[in-house]
Amino acid sequence: MNILEIRGVSKSYGKVMALRDVDLVIRRGEMVSVVGPSGSGKSTLLQIAGTLDRPTAGTVRVAGHDVSRLSDSQLSALRARYIGFVFQQFHLSPGASALDNVAEGLLYTGLSRRQRRARAAAALERVGLGHRLGHRPHQLSGGQMQRVAVARAVAGEPPLLLADEPTGNLDSEAGAEVMALFRRLNAAGITIVIITHDTEVAMACPRRVRVRDGLVRSEIS
Amino acid sequence: MTALRPARLRPSDLARLGTSGLRARPMRAILAALGISIGIATMVTVVGISASSQEQLLRQLDALGTNLLRVQPGDSLFGDRVRLPKSAADMVRRIDGVTHASQTGETGVTVRRNDLIPSGVSLGITVQAASLDLLDTLDGRVRAGTWLNAATERQPVVVLGAVAAERLGLTGPDVQVWMGDRWFTVIGVLDRMPLAEEIERSALVGFPAAKDFLNHDGHPTTVYERSADEAVEGVRAVLARTVSPENPNEAKVSRPSDALKAKAAAAGAFTGLMLGLGAVALFVGAVGVANTMVVAVLERRREIGLRRSFGATRGQVRAQFLVEAVLLSAFGGGAGVLLGALATMGYARINGLPAVVPVWALGGALATTILIGALAGLYPALRAARVPPTVALSGQ
Repeated sequence: MNILEIRGVSKSYGKVMALRDVDLVIRRGEMVSVVGPSGSGKSTLLQIAGTLDRPTAGTVRVAGHDVSRLSDSQLSALRARYIGFVFQQFHLSPGASALDNVAEGLLYTGLSRRQRRARAAAALERVGLGHRLGHRPHQLSGGQMQRVAVARAVAGEPPLLLADEPTGNLDSEAGAEVMALFRRLNAAGITIVIITHDTEVAMACPRRVRVRDGLVRSEIS
Repeated sequence: MTALRPARLRPSDLARLGTSGLRARPMRAILAALGISIGIATMVTVVGISASSQEQLLRQLDALGTNLLRVQPGDSLFGDRVRLPKSAADMVRRIDGVTHASQTGETGVTVRRNDLIPSGVSLGITVQAASLDLLDTLDGRVRAGTWLNAATERQPVVVLGAVAAERLGLTGPDVQVWMGDRWFTVIGVLDRMPLAEEIERSALVGFPAAKDFLNHDGHPTTVYERSADEAVEGVRAVLARTVSPENPNEAKVSRPSDALKAKAAAAGAFTGLMLGLGAVALFVGAVGVANTMVVAVLERRREIGLRRSFGATRGQVRAQFLVEAVLLSAFGGGAGVLLGALATMGYARINGLPAVVPVWALGGALATTILIGALAGLYPALRAARVPPTVALSGQ
């Protein structure tokens, strides 16, 4: 079954076409990298795949839901249930512990605070930071911070994980650490889409999609 | 495929969300709430001081009673002063429900420390003849010395009201004062009498002495009457007719406690100017809260985008910032109420008043700040809800 279906999608900002007639289908359990130089439209592709933005034309389906037919609050519910995001800059709250940062990601799922914290602890355990629950972000290394962010993205067990340049702010060792984590999560069943311009990261993924000038140019299998 | 419905935020989570911004920048929160605090403190203090003054007067009124009536001759149709009959008090005493009645009569002479002072210098003190039971009727007390009795009411002795003694510079009895054309011995000084301030400013002699030494005609100029509380209205209706049967409309009946009541009502009415100042401070405070919230929304666009990516709806983002504004304002209001209550207690303590801060003022203050916070937070919250989720991803 397809977790993500993008068909004939275009996105324009005024006169600038960021995406032109893009088709991309991702099946459950895949691990895909989206590669392209900056300005190629890969970030726009991620925003549209993550339902953070709507396409100008074409259809997007996430887990079978046609995004164009959902209201803003239904889209919010869709994101809460189906999609986890990992960002280049981690976006961790500096004043909160690793546990609270991860638990905050579950705030809009309807779970009680106790349940959120229990799941957050389990997620941190899963990314190998079970011993760092009470640490603040500034007490962690870059790789650890990104692993906290990954834990936050997967704590709600969404079927789809979207990562925007997850290794962009990390040295190669920490980057490899995060990639190893992604592979483990993927093996456990989570579909992962990674946007990157790092060929090494791209090569680590079984499927690679190349984006250039708003077009999905080639797929390397 | 299941229906998509966003989960509701629990009230406790919403409250925690609403305080997160305040906890992150406590100093800013304090400064932003300061305007509201000052406004609320001003208003609570104004109301508190008024209420304390009023409480003081009402307690006094309670202690003094409201069952005292006073009759004075009015002006006749032709403009001259009507005279009350000599036995007016006796006639009043026979009315149903009347428990006490007594009378005083102005003599027209002045009281002076000695005979060298010109007779025109009155110091605002009235020399009056008084019946022996006057003190009982007025519920008055002698501060020093004694009151008149059946023997001394015939002699050249005088009892001074509290204010009269003060103005003459006398503190106790056993001194001589000059009244009319002879010396009188002061035998007593009375305590304060809030219900009969004219007695406080009087020098009182017995009716027989007034007749013998001061050429008084024996006609009373004021009759005081006290009755059971429930009989007051009935007595009042017949009082004028009793003391002046031929011309009842020429006798003026008044209730001294009414003046005190009016005073209490006036004390309870807050000064509009101070309340206005408080309102201005509140308004400025509201603008401060709105401003702080607008800045917070601008600074926290990234956080808002991140929350939207977690699955927060526009409504949940709006609620977060609205709750934050309300909490900020209520925090200021709470501090203001506390400050206002302390200021009231301080003022009351210094001025010897019972400290009273009405509960409605406290409740009203908090309700007002919540309303202000909601109004001030509305626009920033709407702006926050319009932040697009994509800002979470954008590099800036």
